[in-house]
Amino acid sequence: MKKFSWRGLSIIIFICVTAFYLSPLAIPNLPEWWAKNKLKLGLDLKGGMQILLEVDTSALSAADARGAVDQNIKIIRERIDQFGVAEPSIQKLGENRIMVQLPGVSDFEAAENLIKQTAMLEFKVVAQPDEARRVLDLIDSNIKANLDRFPALAELDRLDKAVLAEDDTLAQQTAAGVFSSLIRPGEMDYVVQFDSIRLMQELLADPSFQQMVPGGWQVSLERADSANPRADRSIHVLSSAVELSGADLARAKVEYGSSTSTDPRIANKPYISIEMKREGARKFERVTADNVGKRLAIVLDNVVYSAPNIQERIAGGRAQITGRFTTSEANELSIVLNTGNLIAPITPASTSIIGATLGSDSIKSGTMAGIIGLAIVMLFMLFYYKVGGLLTDLALIFNVGFILAMLTAFGGTLTLPGIAGMILTIGMAVDANVLVFERIREELDTGKTPRSAMDAGYTRATITVWDANITTLIAAAVLYQFGTGPIRGFAITLTIGIIGSMFCALVFVRSLFDTFVVTGTKKTLSI
Amino acid sequence: MRLLKNTNIPFVGMRKVAYAISIILILAALVGLMVRGLNWSIDFTSGVAAKVDLKAAIPGVEAVRIDELRNVLKTSGYPEAEIQHVGPVEAGTFMIKIKSSHADDAVSSDTKTQIIRLISENFPKHMEGRDINRDVIEEIYEVGPKVGGELRTNSMLAVAIALVLMIIYIWFRFELIFGLMAIAALAHDVLIIVGVFALTGKEITIQIIAALLTIVGYSINDTIVIFDRIREDLKIRRKEPLEQVINYSLNETLSRTVVTSGTTFVTTLALYLFGGQVLNDFALAMCLGVIIGTYSSIFVASNLVVDFTKATHKEKQTAQHLTKRK
Repeated sequence: MKKFSWRGLSIIIFICVTAFYLSPLAIPNLPEWWAKNKLKLGLDLKGGMQILLEVDTSALSAADARGAVDQNIKIIRERIDQFGVAEPSIQKLGENRIMVQLPGVSDFEAAENLIKQTAMLEFKVVAQPDEARRVLDLIDSNIKANLDRFPALAELDRLDKAVLAEDDTLAQQTAAGVFSSLIRPGEMDYVVQFDSIRLMQELLADPSFQQMVPGGWQVSLERADSANPRADRSIHVLSSAVELSGADLARAKVEYGSSTSTDPRIANKPYISIEMKREGARKFERVTADNVGKRLAIVLDNVVYSAPNIQERIAGGRAQITGRFTTSEANELSIVLNTGNLIAPITPASTSIIGATLGSDSIKSGTMAGIIGLAIVMLFMLFYYKVGGLLTDLALIFNVGFILAMLTAFGGTLTLPGIAGMILTIGMAVDANVLVFERIREELDTGKTPRSAMDAGYTRATITVWDANITTLIAAAVLYQFGTGPIRGFAITLTIGIIGSMFCALVFVRSLFDTFVVTGTKKTLSI
Repeated sequence: MRLLKNTNIPFVGMRKVAYAISIILILAALVGLMVRGLNWSIDFTSGVAAKVDLKAAIPGVEAVRIDELRNVLKTSGYPEAEIQHVGPVEAGTFMIKIKSSHADDAVSSDTKTQIIRLISENFPKHMEGRDINRDVIEEIYEVGPKVGGELRTNSMLAVAIALVLMIIYIWFRFELIFGLMAIAALAHDVLIIVGVFALTGKEITIQIIAALLTIVGYSINDTIVIFDRIREDLKIRRKEPLEQVINYSLNETLSRTVVTSGTTFVTTLALYLFGGQVLNDFALAMCLGVIIGTYSSIFVASNLVVDFTKATHKEKQTAQHLTKRK
């Protein structure tokens, strides 16, 4: 029975973790929870757009300023969501900067304008159920007549027909048009299933779709549930008349109903109290008087945030928005109401646009350079250190895999300087092994047996390996701290590479030596 | 197979020659810096840089010529635009740079939109059948003045902090003199590479700063391996003068230094030759860095320790300190 060894265990963990994170790259059709851990490519490799926004908080107090940046991030995220970008990244940088990355976007101007625009807060009356049905039916028939203008829908329609063709009577019965098929009645409102949301967002943003909507009406999605991003989303038919706008609002704040309140709608629950400006109060009174029993949608940048019921005519310009809010939802809504016109304006501080061709060219040449470099180094090691070199080469391949796996695990992205960092690590990764092997050779020269030469070599060289690599780690840490974007990617890759190469040299290769090379009473060591 | 077995090269004895070479290189670098200055990229100066592909999709229409493009930009309010070919002339790919000269005279955030519009309006034949966003624009960078200035300060700060932290680490692990001399050797490496960039007029981009820091990390790595050996040898060869021990250590580690530098150099060379145009300057800096970093580790850092301890008559003390502690 073999003795339990920490070294063996750590190698098994190392290999399993690496395999876990690399499999999504190689194997298609893995379960969702597994496949989502896939290495992301940086903007410089994929192409796309990056905008660094500066939030002007000079007019605000320190506490408000901090909140304002977060609010802006929320609003920008919502807007980008409407634009339909896969995997956007919106990060806060420092005190008052926001970094927005939109991979794969090709209409740069539209994306930039969308982000830069000032928010538009509106109050609109929600259509009654029968009105909504009528509007949706009209849209359907309009689209049916102009199906050639909507290639995505036409494709969907064709697929539907293909499925239904087997039973002709069924095909006749499905009177519902292709647009309606994306929408289904929910508890209170119509909902769009998660799978169709992307398509719906693209449709809603498409000017030719807007022509299909009968005059006086509009169709808007409800905000995504931040706690449950894969949930279905409600869709509303609204009267397009703007009843009130953000300019009419004085303030909004979150309050809690007391637990003894007789009103079940607010008892023990958060709600939002809003206060109108003088003119706004008048408009609000008129709207509520005309629409008792209907719902009033609060719309920001064409996304419905909430659609509370109008219970009664409200005079005096004070109102409560009640609903099944969680505290954070209530806070979010009050933010939206307060910042309808952004209190802290944003200006782009820098913009980068990288075309898709440049990115894919870079990947090709970067990979090419990496493979050539790797091949030469591996051949040399094999030639120069024989069996020792073979083990190093094995470790080197693991190390490259380890870097990719760790980048995936930490949610990092592979950037062009990152690839460069990896190639460089290949060159430097052999260093720890070279140090050890040279040392072992020296020890062998003094007449030691392979076993003791190896032990002495590892013991002595380990100190050097640590000293030498810690200084490089210091440089990488400083790079990470002061760098942005691609440079950070480079620093992370370098750090992971150093850690990986130390592990490979001091644990992995050594174990292989112990287990397969220096066994029993062998008199020679191929190194 | 073994290269360089049991060498006995008088590295310490050759130090005067090495110093002369280093001084010449440093002087050249300084002259370059003073006469030509550094060509900071728009990452640091702020402005707009755009790379556009102006080949036509229609057969028979030739790619835009550089003077045509220059004329268009000149007559449309951008006389300061720098235009260069990227790749061969037939490729019709250009880099257009408009730097803002002063911090307050910022290139407005609409400059890039205007340039794109100018190009698409003036070269309609080259736009036909192509999507401007997808096919024509390869990359565009627009950097505001505040970000640019900050980046320059931060990069210099980054290099300075990295150097100070390394001195502290080496001080802690070895001796203050070793730390200071190692950093002097690093400054030598960085200065020479920056000098090459000044003399050739190549741009200092944010990636070059990353390359410089990597070189710093790489060169110190080499130096420390040697220092480590000196520390060890001093324990064994207590009777011998410091000078001689250092020379032993340099020879003992020579094989490792050459092998590691060789593998690193090969990979950076592969990056330079096959890594594509975007990484070209980065790879060049790395290649130079590996050569100069290896040279300075062997010929500069340890030799400076020899001369410094000699000058201050602290040879014995240094050796004792180094072997006693840790």
